[in-house]
Amino acid sequence: MSPPLELDYIGLSAAAGGRPDDDLKGTELRLGLPGCESPDRRPVAATTTLDLLPAKGAKRGFSDEVVPPAPVSAAGKDKDASGDEKDKKVAAPPQPAAKAQVVGWPPVRSYRKSTMATTTNQLKSSKEDSDTKQGQEFLYVKVSMDGAPYLRKVDLKTYKNYKGMVVGLGKMFIGFRTGEAAWILGKDGEYVMTYEDKDGDWMLVGDVPWEMFTESCRRIRVMKSSDVIGLGMSNSVPFSNTV
Amino acid sequence: MPYFPDEVVEHILGFVSSHRDRDAASLVCHVWYRIEGLTRRSVFISNCYAVRPERVHARFPCLRSLTVKGKPRFADFNLVPAGWGASAEPWVDACARACPGLEELRLKRMVVTDGCLNHLAHSFPNLRSLVLVSCEGFSTDGLATIATNCRFLKELDLQGSQVEFRGRHWLSCFPKPSTSLESLNFACLDGAVSANALESLVARSPNLKSLRLNRAVPTAVLAKILTSAPKLVDLGTGLVAQSNNAGALPSLYSAIQQCTSLNSLSGFWDSPRWITPIIHYICKNLTCLNLSYAPMFRTVDLIGTIHQCQNLQHLWVLDHIGDAGLKVVASSCLELQELRIFPANANVLASTGVTEEGLVAVSSGCRKLNSMLYSCSRMTNSALITVAKNCSRITSFRLHICLHGSVDAVTGQPLDEGFGAIVRSCKGLRRLSMSGLLTDSVFLYIGMYAERLETLSVAFAGDSDDGMIYVLNGCKNLRKLEIRNCPFGNTALLAGTHRYEAMRSLWMSSCDITLGGCRSLAAAMPGLNVEVISQADGGANDAKKVEKLYVYRTLAGPRDDAPGFVSIL
Repeated sequence: MSPPLELDYIGLSAAAGGRPDDDLKGTELRLGLPGCESPDRRPVAATTTLDLLPAKGAKRGFSDEVVPPAPVSAAGKDKDASGDEKDKKVAAPPQPAAKAQVVGWPPVRSYRKSTMATTTNQLKSSKEDSDTKQGQEFLYVKVSMDGAPYLRKVDLKTYKNYKGMVVGLGKMFIGFRTGEAAWILGKDGEYVMTYEDKDGDWMLVGDVPWEMFTESCRRIRVMKSSDVIGLGMSNSVPFSNTV
Repeated sequence: MPYFPDEVVEHILGFVSSHRDRDAASLVCHVWYRIEGLTRRSVFISNCYAVRPERVHARFPCLRSLTVKGKPRFADFNLVPAGWGASAEPWVDACARACPGLEELRLKRMVVTDGCLNHLAHSFPNLRSLVLVSCEGFSTDGLATIATNCRFLKELDLQGSQVEFRGRHWLSCFPKPSTSLESLNFACLDGAVSANALESLVARSPNLKSLRLNRAVPTAVLAKILTSAPKLVDLGTGLVAQSNNAGALPSLYSAIQQCTSLNSLSGFWDSPRWITPIIHYICKNLTCLNLSYAPMFRTVDLIGTIHQCQNLQHLWVLDHIGDAGLKVVASSCLELQELRIFPANANVLASTGVTEEGLVAVSSGCRKLNSMLYSCSRMTNSALITVAKNCSRITSFRLHICLHGSVDAVTGQPLDEGFGAIVRSCKGLRRLSMSGLLTDSVFLYIGMYAERLETLSVAFAGDSDDGMIYVLNGCKNLRKLEIRNCPFGNTALLAGTHRYEAMRSLWMSSCDITLGGCRSLAAAMPGLNVEVISQADGGANDAKKVEKLYVYRTLAGPRDDAPGFVSIL
């Protein structure tokens, strides 16, 4: 087990890179109420506000004489900050850059870490095309059409149901349709829309609810009906469209 | 003192159940000490090395329930090397000889081998309850032995333990034709589970109230289980997803609607987000909801679900619930007592997650909150001050800002004032875990105001020895002090020389203490075990910095099972 990275106890790593500007800013004179540090200054400077604390120099033990700045006045200061303080920027002050990963921080139990890691791996092992990255609300999948020279990518989130998707795809591939056959999907149509799901199986589009479809779809393939053998089209696909 | 016959004292003490009250009663006089010792049924050992098992049995010969805790808590975060100790063997051995009528055994952070489980299974025919929290060292074979031999087992709980998978057969080993099982938790188990065995087990366990499955249990099996156990109160699901079995989901939906007693729900694992509506069937009754292992549920899904859980008291979620989600919690879950927010991705240093806004919202809406674990990306003093005002009943407050040493996101100040407000307002605060940029001031506040504080966890905080000294001088009820990466040196360590015997333990890692300081402490206090964990060779001179220090009071003297990397001074 490698020893934790050596950090000085203000919390900065030796590698914390500051821009050249920071050093200059550190020497600037600024207006401001006593006791407040402009957040522009590197956090090293921020900790020197300790000299405001009474009796900081003398190493006294805990003593009743020491009067800490009451939390109430700090609240007052914060109120001022939003109003009068022109120097203070509301944007987050620059945290020391590039803190290395430290053993055991943030404190997440190793059981939880390994459980979540397993889950994340299972997510990653599904095809990259249908990307459910955390926090992102789009779902791009590759769409291939037999006979077309290149594939397209569509965001399934832009469609609310199957009909919308079929219309959209029809428009996308309008240039590639061979012959004059209408863009009808269904047992009578020239094309059959299939998709590859999470497990890698090729499924017929339209069987499952739309929500479920968007969750499991990885890529879409529009096949020529003539290529489809034995898919059992006894149930008509619940949509068809002409464009 | 008027004379009470022993039987009367015994009868009266029979009504006293809490450990602390019993401890207090035993200090009254020798008579009470003796009687209390003879009648105590439930014994709690908070540090397995603090006392020898034989001594426990000598003092409490009639005990029926034993709880033992092993490794220091920072072992959860990989700070304690493997092989450190905390074997359950000596405890099981001693108990088997002195107390074969044992009914309950609870172990936390201990090493339990299959041999140990075997010994257990054959020594305690009356065992009703076996709870192994965050334990390791055993396999499914050990579970099979327990299931086979403990015919009256009511509770088997493996919460958070690491179990080696050696086969699925253990589930079939429970008694036939019926079991006494009321609670079974194998959610942490990696590896497949035999569907038939599980279904058959549930079907023959008429008293089953709490069942937590592992992720290998598919939807169809869950549906069958719920159909045969509609009286379940607590459920941890397996993986709920679309399966090849087309009827599985619909039958799960109808089965869960029959579970009118269900008030606690967890599990889900990689379940896709579109299954969240299933929770809606039982929302009204839910008091406990743990979605912290379900990373696929997005903010909108969580909001839609939690919004309906008006009776929720305990909520564990991942941080992608976001501030928006927490605002919904604040307006919908007015009965909330405990909230835990975990980072969805523990390895990302700057996650997006929740901020101080969410914390403030929850504190304003959920006035019954008494316990919080909040993992966030940023915090401000002003937010903490507001929380302190709103939730003065908090007894446990743990704030983990993912980037250590973070300043107030608005003012750039250290977070001393915020935490100061917390300890000042929350008079009942017993547990505190801090993060962010903190100077000695925060420790001054803690020493001054945190009178009831029992557990304090500190990381990357403080400027000088004064910080630790303030705490040691001030917090009279302190039991556990856990410190890492703080600039506290020998002066601070030795300032607490006479405090440590009143405390359970002290952990210090990556601080400024040296071997010399630790040796002085060990020499001054023979009633303490001063254990130095170091893995680098560097000679043993006094000036050498100590990587990890674990100090605990003990009646047992230095332990004899310490591995090579632990030196007991």
